[in-house]
Amino acid sequence: MKLFTKSLLLVGALAVSACTDPGRFGGGAGGFGDGAGGLNGSVNDPRSPAYFQQTVGDRVLFAVDQHALSPEAMAVLDGQAQWLMSNPEYTAIIEGHADEQGTREYNVALGARRANSVFEYLESRGVASNRLRTVSYGKERPIEICSTEVCYAKNRRSVTVVTAGLSS
Amino acid sequence: MLRTVLLALALASPFTVPTAFAQDGPLRIEIDEGVIEPLPFAAPTFIAETPRAAALAEEITRIVAADLAGTGLFREIPMAAHIGRITSFDSPVQYADWRAINAQALVTGAVNTDGTNITVKFRLFDVFSNAPLGDGLQFGGTTASLRRVAHKVADQVYSRITGEGGYFDSRVVYVAESGPKNARQKRLAVMDYDGANTSYLTDAASIVLAPRFSPAGDRVLYTSYETGFPRIYALNLNQMTRRALDDQPGTMTFAPRFAPDGNTVVFSLSQGGNTDIYSLNLANGSRQRLTSGASIDTAPSFSPDGRFIVYESDQSGSQQLYIMPAGGGEGRRISFGKGRYGTPVWSPRGDQIAFTKQYQGRFHIGVMRTDGSEERLLTASFLDEGPTWSPNGRVIMFTRETAGAGGAPALYSVDITGRNLRRVSTVGAGSDPAWSPLLP
Repeated sequence: MKLFTKSLLLVGALAVSACTDPGRFGGGAGGFGDGAGGLNGSVNDPRSPAYFQQTVGDRVLFAVDQHALSPEAMAVLDGQAQWLMSNPEYTAIIEGHADEQGTREYNVALGARRANSVFEYLESRGVASNRLRTVSYGKERPIEICSTEVCYAKNRRSVTVVTAGLSS
Repeated sequence: MLRTVLLALALASPFTVPTAFAQDGPLRIEIDEGVIEPLPFAAPTFIAETPRAAALAEEITRIVAADLAGTGLFREIPMAAHIGRITSFDSPVQYADWRAINAQALVTGAVNTDGTNITVKFRLFDVFSNAPLGDGLQFGGTTASLRRVAHKVADQVYSRITGEGGYFDSRVVYVAESGPKNARQKRLAVMDYDGANTSYLTDAASIVLAPRFSPAGDRVLYTSYETGFPRIYALNLNQMTRRALDDQPGTMTFAPRFAPDGNTVVFSLSQGGNTDIYSLNLANGSRQRLTSGASIDTAPSFSPDGRFIVYESDQSGSQQLYIMPAGGGEGRRISFGKGRYGTPVWSPRGDQIAFTKQYQGRFHIGVMRTDGSEERLLTASFLDEGPTWSPNGRVIMFTRETAGAGGAPALYSVDITGRNLRRVSTVGAGSDPAWSPLLP
């Protein structure tokens, strides 16, 4: 009984991750991508994360319940690999995401498969594996919020988030 | 005549339910038959033995009546329709007065308080047999535990009439959600089974998923993204201390659940895109891999005897349910219907598996026997998932999420007969419920 009447908040207090990005979903502060300028630099600077995000393309999409890379996805990832090879001071976290049509645990596992597909492709294109990490958000962080295929197609994605300087 | 049980709630001491007398009288609901007509009962406001107990007596009576009516098995006859009046707890009951309004069961009670502690006495009568059903019983506690005392009374009434264990004096841990769909904030919350007494166990700084109670209800397992990666944690509710259970770089862990021994945890670990099931001994830290291969193996749940684990795997090409020995080994597929099956949970009685089914774009909560036979779907909607069993195995609570940009999750419950679907009251949106055992 006593145990249930306590209502202390257990405040998340583990060390803040060295990367700037993984926590950005947690606080609900927002969304996705800061756009041009700010911390990500200018989209006109080919060495900036903003350029990587918007010009190279930071994401690839997947078919329903699949983790295989399409030819279009491979073309984007070729660009990502090239950028990462040219900017060795950056590391990357590859996020795998799923649409809402699926159970929670399965979607975490499915997102892990998608992130890993990207990881293996980038590695096969010469990016050192110690510069890459994967994480799955399952269906927890959709970018599009409607409940039709138009949105689902954009939510079934991997996103490569680059961070300067820190190797994990 | 009146048996006394002091419920030492503040001390968290074990509470033993007195053995009731043989329940073979006529006042009996056989739940398995699927109750069509709820049993009418009367619960006149419990007698306040002192003036200061009046408000408490009113509140306790309402909680008892709400518990019973909420099952769908009972129907309260409103107070306005009562002919008889209970003016003293010990006066003989005028059965004719209650028969006249067709009350089959009558619950009477009396409440006393000194301002700090309360005592609640109650009796249950089988009106059409002109006889009490079981002994009178007295519960004691503090005024702060008033709702629990009321739930204990209702559990007694429910048990005596149905022959089943109760479930009202129990808790639910779940994920409280707020904010828009693309920036949802999630934190662990715990509440009474009926939505009262909500408190929060984590802040909203990190995504949290799928909490699970320990068999004794004193600890909660859950998944948090606070390191940036999903990891499983065990939270001790007595001390509000917490520890990470498996923290190896390059891996993600999720879907934890206790074994009945309270010392073993099964969970999923993803590495290199592959997800397998592992078990972890909390006492000595030893870890064992239970599944292998390229399939997604997740959502493990133990049988109540601890000998088997039911889980989902897509080894056949789509999500299906399998049972393997608790130490690992070949899984035996049990789901063969059309569609996909996930999130299996073994029933407290051991004879059924609750699951989520996806078929033709709809989600269902269903149950099947442990050999996969007698599958029954209990619900259907845009998105139902994540069943959890009531302590007595009669009710399933789950998440129902609505579609669209404004979609949000809520907790629902349904009787395993498929009847009595209802939304569970929560403060704000909620998902991933897990039911505690019956409290001591």
